[in-house]
Amino acid sequence: MSTTERNYKVPTMADMTASGEEPEILFWVGCAGSFDDRYKRVTIAFVRILNHVGIKFAVLGPEEGCTGDPARRAGNEFLFQMQAMANIQVLNGYNVKKIVTACPHCFNTLKNEYPELGGNYEVIHHSQFLQGLINEGRVRVKDGESFKGRRITFHDSCYLGRANKVYEAPRDVLAALDADLVEMKRVRANGLCCGAGGGQYFKEPEPGKKDVNVERVEEALSTGADTIAVACPFCMTMMSDGVKNKNKEDSVRVYDISELIAQGQGL
Amino acid sequence: MEIFQQVLFVAALAAVAWYITQRVRLISRAINLGRPENRFDHADERLKTMLLVAFGQKKMFTNPLVGVMHFVIYAGFIIINLEILEIILDGVLGTHRLFAPYITPVYPVLIDIFEVLAFGVLVVCVVFLCRRFVAKVARFQPERHREMARWPQVDAAIILTAEILLMIAFLTWNASDSVLRDRGIGHYGELKGIVPDFIISQYLKPLFTNFSDTALMAYERIAWWFHILGILAFAIYVTYSKHLHIALGFPNVYFSDLQPKGEMQNMPEITKEVQLALGLPVTTEADGSQPNDNGQQPAEIGRFGAKDVQDLKWINLMNAYSCTECGRCTAACPANITGKKLSPRKIMMDTRDRMEEIQRGWKANGNDYRDDKSLLNDYITAEELNACTTCQACVMACPVNINPLDIILQLRRYRVMEESEAPASWNAMFSNIENNMAPWKFSPSDRFNWADQVND
Ligand code: SF4
Ligand code: SF4
Repeated sequence: MSTTERNYKVPTMADMTASGEEPEILFWVGCAGSFDDRYKRVTIAFVRILNHVGIKFAVLGPEEGCTGDPARRAGNEFLFQMQAMANIQVLNGYNVKKIVTACPHCFNTLKNEYPELGGNYEVIHHSQFLQGLINEGRVRVKDGESFKGRRITFHDSCYLGRANKVYEAPRDVLAALDADLVEMKRVRANGLCCGAGGGQYFKEPEPGKKDVNVERVEEALSTGADTIAVACPFCMTMMSDGVKNKNKEDSVRVYDISELIAQGQGL
Repeated sequence: MEIFQQVLFVAALAAVAWYITQRVRLISRAINLGRPENRFDHADERLKTMLLVAFGQKKMFTNPLVGVMHFVIYAGFIIINLEILEIILDGVLGTHRLFAPYITPVYPVLIDIFEVLAFGVLVVCVVFLCRRFVAKVARFQPERHREMARWPQVDAAIILTAEILLMIAFLTWNASDSVLRDRGIGHYGELKGIVPDFIISQYLKPLFTNFSDTALMAYERIAWWFHILGILAFAIYVTYSKHLHIALGFPNVYFSDLQPKGEMQNMPEITKEVQLALGLPVTTEADGSQPNDNGQQPAEIGRFGAKDVQDLKWINLMNAYSCTECGRCTAACPANITGKKLSPRKIMMDTRDRMEEIQRGWKANGNDYRDDKSLLNDYITAEELNACTTCQACVMACPVNINPLDIILQLRRYRVMEESEAPASWNAMFSNIENNMAPWKFSPSDRFNWADQVND
């Protein structure tokens, strides 16, 4: 792909600790970011940005486990707490203070639900983190791909937006691109769910007129956007499936905001 | 004659007061079925929320036109209470327009304000009837929302019609009174020259000019009695209706979740079990308190999750009594929008219906009566519960800060933990998390494989 030799690094907490170092941030990758083929590309894009701006970060690698979010929302509190306690033991063992994650579900759980079980960290969603980098001028989108003339619409993730009131950060990140940002009819506090939250992703939807992601993609398409930007692994899958359902996969693409920034930077 | 009317009036007042007290007792007893939960913290923030959301009707104004219309009814309700105070005192004391001589210059201004509001309420009620039954605003239609069939529609029609009739009675009462005053009859005439015609009812006077004095006096009395008895009857009716929100909306918002957050409430009784299972020091007792070794019995563990209203928290039950059945939650619900059976409004209405069923049981069989029904299954089905994406749209949309999602999640907990009744694919997800530390069937040792591709 690239003509230059790439040299991106992904240090783990275990490596760092072994060499007596402490990272500025822990990047919590999440299950989708680790295993889902499409979302792995988002993980990679974000890691490249982290490398590019020279932030000292680490991941847990094989020591990371599901936060337990889908189990908890589905009603399995036992399983959730087993996961949470195990993760908290690992995180506290490494004396982790600051966590960045690209998954709003991990973000919500780590930020709001772990403290009561003994896990207290500063938790930041990657949209907020990228917004900070852009504001500080550490990320400038001009070396890579141009977005001139492209229309981007942003789909709010429920667990980022309504659940945690992060509405502007992802929009600010997208504003750094020289694209046209168009809003859908239902946005921010009014946003329409992608249909995956609360464990829905892991089962067939109940019978109805149509699937939620199809409804949402219809709304996204009606803005005339050629790019649907998301900030959540589940939204990513649901929007991509919806676009396929509408046979628009050749003209409309779904990207995570960090992928767009990485493209804009030529990473 | 006059004294007879006074006695009758006081008796009516007393009967209504007694009856409403009974209703309040019954309803608070039903709300107290719920589990305890501290909602008395952060008084400042709660007060602020109540001022904004309940008094200020902040969330109603997301649709400005409906916001303004609802505000007219709301202001009418609160301000007209001043007028009702005079009416009640007149009724008890056998006086006529008691306040007029004491606050002469302000009096007509006040009544003019009441009349404008009454007229506003009347117009808005007509518009609301039309929205519901002629223009057929989607979220009110029983064809699309089965929880709206029958009683909720009848209830809405009764309330709106009653308000219209009450306002007509008030305005025509003022008009007939003005004509009697002009004619200088009896105690009506005593206010001639002191009380002028009023801003709206002056235009209704021509309706009464052909009436004989006796007929006019009869109409004045009938309208007066109709108006005040109507209001008293309305006060009782409200306790059976979704219009209970005019009273409970305020405390409901005061005690609401302070901000919609994705956080699900922790279950300390499970924390203890998990800590024991993992060999960790126990940091919480089942009731959430700190552990102690003084040999005290730990708090009794109830059910995991909720099967019936007794397992919910009191605030969930107050929520149910405060629901206005407006359906803003349901109109925002992605599951409902796409035709699934789930409707957050129905969740709230079912919860209230279940409490009312329990109350009927108490009445018929004594206060310790328990039937063998439950909110789960008899009212709310698994299909509805399983469809929720926990997106919080319903929580955000509700104008009185009700949280239907909280109930849904507690019922899900019961189904999964007590009945092991999760959909098969959820059980697969659970066992994947348990065995592979991820909801999918991948080996945990492959978790870091993505890193091999960063330099591709
Ligand atoms: S949280 Fe559940 S019930 Fe509420 S709007 Fe979302 S899907 Fe519907
Ligand atoms: S829960 Fe709130 S939004 Fe839903 S119907 Fe009741 S009052 Fe309206």
